[in-house]
Amino acid sequence: MRQEKKSRRGSLVTGVTSAPYELWAVIFILVPLAFVAYYAFTDNAFRFTTANVARFFTATSSVTGADGDPVQTRTYLVIAWRSVKLAVIATAVCLLLGYPLAYIISRASAKAQKTMMTLIMIPMWMNFLIRTYAWMTILQDTGILNNFLAALRLGRVHIIGTQTAVIIGMVYDYLPYMILPLYSIMAKMDYRLIEAARDLGCAPAGVLRRVILPLSMPGVVNGITMVLIPSISTFYISQKLGDGMFFLLGDAIEGQYVAGNLHFAAAIAFILMVALLAAMALMRHLTDKYTYGGQ
Amino acid sequence: MAKKIIELKNITKSFDGQVVLDNISLDIYDNEFLTLLGPSGCGKTTLLRLIGGFETPDAGDILFTGERINDLPPHKRNVNTVFQRYALFPHLNVFENVAFPLRERKVPRDEIEARVTEMLSMVALTGFERRAVTSLSGGQQQRVAIARSLVGRPQVLLLDEPLAALDLKLRKDMQQELKKIQKATGVTFVFVTHDQEEALSMSDTIVVISEGRIQQIGTSLDVYNEPKNAFVADFIGESNIVDGVMLADRSVSFSGHTFDCVDGGFGKNEAVDVVVRPEDVDIVPEEKGHLTGVVTSVTFMGVHYEVIVDIGGFKWMIQTTDFVDVDEHIGLFIEPDAIHIMKKSKYSGLYGDYASFSNEFDELSDAESEADE
Ligand SMILES: Nc1ncnc2c1ncn2[C@@H]1O[C@H](COP(=O)(O)OP(=O)(O)OP(=O)(O)O)[C@@H](O)[C@H]1O
Ligand SMILES: [Mg+2]
Repeated sequence: MRQEKKSRRGSLVTGVTSAPYELWAVIFILVPLAFVAYYAFTDNAFRFTTANVARFFTATSSVTGADGDPVQTRTYLVIAWRSVKLAVIATAVCLLLGYPLAYIISRASAKAQKTMMTLIMIPMWMNFLIRTYAWMTILQDTGILNNFLAALRLGRVHIIGTQTAVIIGMVYDYLPYMILPLYSIMAKMDYRLIEAARDLGCAPAGVLRRVILPLSMPGVVNGITMVLIPSISTFYISQKLGDGMFFLLGDAIEGQYVAGNLHFAAAIAFILMVALLAAMALMRHLTDKYTYGGQ
Repeated sequence: MAKKIIELKNITKSFDGQVVLDNISLDIYDNEFLTLLGPSGCGKTTLLRLIGGFETPDAGDILFTGERINDLPPHKRNVNTVFQRYALFPHLNVFENVAFPLRERKVPRDEIEARVTEMLSMVALTGFERRAVTSLSGGQQQRVAIARSLVGRPQVLLLDEPLAALDLKLRKDMQQELKKIQKATGVTFVFVTHDQEEALSMSDTIVVISEGRIQQIGTSLDVYNEPKNAFVADFIGESNIVDGVMLADRSVSFSGHTFDCVDGGFGKNEAVDVVVRPEDVDIVPEEKGHLTGVVTSVTFMGVHYEVIVDIGGFKWMIQTTDFVDVDEHIGLFIEPDAIHIMKKSKYSGLYGDYASFSNEFDELSDAESEADE
């Protein structure tokens, strides 16, 4: 009797309190997405067309091939491939740097943990344009890094305008998004499990492989998602640190938008979005299937 | 004589300047069921962690089959631990939890299968192989933890209050079970508890610890019948502990009467602590008793009554099957072999008077908790 009444009241309560979220989701997620889709599938006169989407897959341009002759390539597929490649590399670097860092932080004293996490978050409070410009001054041929190396008589390195520079910029921007989910799962990890593994014969490497890694897998998946998605659609970094040599999807969207091609810009954004949603769905599926603690 | 497997030599350990273990020396023999018994915070877990390799002593040595292992990391010690709260791996099922140490040692597949299966049947968990450990009851998790720590055939198993989280009935069953497993495997068990009944019923050797110091090492009978000091006498079972004076060997005076006893070897007129167990006192008519007193409370305990008697201002506890009434004047009769004499210690006068003892408080709080439901 009592329970029945309670549960009815419970559903009413959750109904009322969750309404704002649904409203929020409609206004800030669904409506903008609908607009993107609407623009992607219409022409300048707002008549239905698939031409914008088709253009993404078919547009070609001519580049100079290895033997010096001009070669025809699919403009946007090349850009998309480059975006994915750079994003995957940046994500991998973030994971390799972020994982040990998150582990070290999670094992420090409570006070040190707070300090280190704050230090990691501070760059996120700065505008990313400013961060990118900062890296330009550091990486330039006559920049801080090269002056420093020269002062040590180590010679100079040419980084600005290379793929490495673009990746450095991306890693710097997105590393906190990798560390946060990793840290939060590692901080919750039961230290006694690590002691149990040691007790049962694991050397430190074994503890890492057989206990810490599997238990932190959900954090790894979250971190990868949080870094991969924004870095695939990133723009500006490549224009500034890559000297315009590494035109990415985000740059393409921006360029088309600035040039007034709203509908084609929307088409690129739409394709990117569908691809990312598919990738996320696949990732969720794999997490549920193969790791402990996946939702 | 059984051979020594672990020797602790003058171990001292402090945390943040606070001494937690103070000059501990202890020999642990092969095949033995040894219990570390003491109140909460006395350093039992710390002592186990030193043996397991999770702490290093500030001073003193730990020897394992004669070799010094102070700095040997846990994974290189042939010692396994059942942790205070099990510490099962939540990402592995029951089978994989138990197989964990074998996989680390690259034991062949079929041997793993066979040994895990054997272990699970020993702890009565056959059929639970594929279950998630998080879906098990406390008692089942407990048994997985025991199987996991025994499957690698350690020479010593350390158990840190493994039964504390279980209810009374299950606890009694597991006590039997553990004892049986210890007998069957021949592994040395170092068992930690703060439950004296558990210690008495299971152990070959009991080590009583208080405030980081060993108070007494002995068999269950030794520590019960021949407690070394007031702390041990009070901690193990119920005791009336009164001030006495040794008049001569086998003659002691306390509570205004001179008794024959069986102890000797004290100085003439040495002040001592006298222990009389509540079940060793006979109630007799007033004129026939060595001592006389007034009954102040009677509690029915099932098998016996627990009677509190005021003898010259000191409250004694007596366990008897004879009924007496509150305010009745009775006589107490004590046989010589029921009297145990101990040297004075820093614990003298702290324990053994039942003046503040009352079952009424228990009854009151029981009634309250029932009303809540
Ligand atoms: N890592 C540590 N840092 C600081 N103090 C500690 C540490 N470990 C234990 N102590 C202290 O040492 C004392 C003994 O602790 P220990 O855990 O050994 O007690 P115990 O006998 O196992 O108690 P319980 O029955 O409650 O488990 C306690 O006062 C405890 O606070
Ligand atoms: Mg403890």
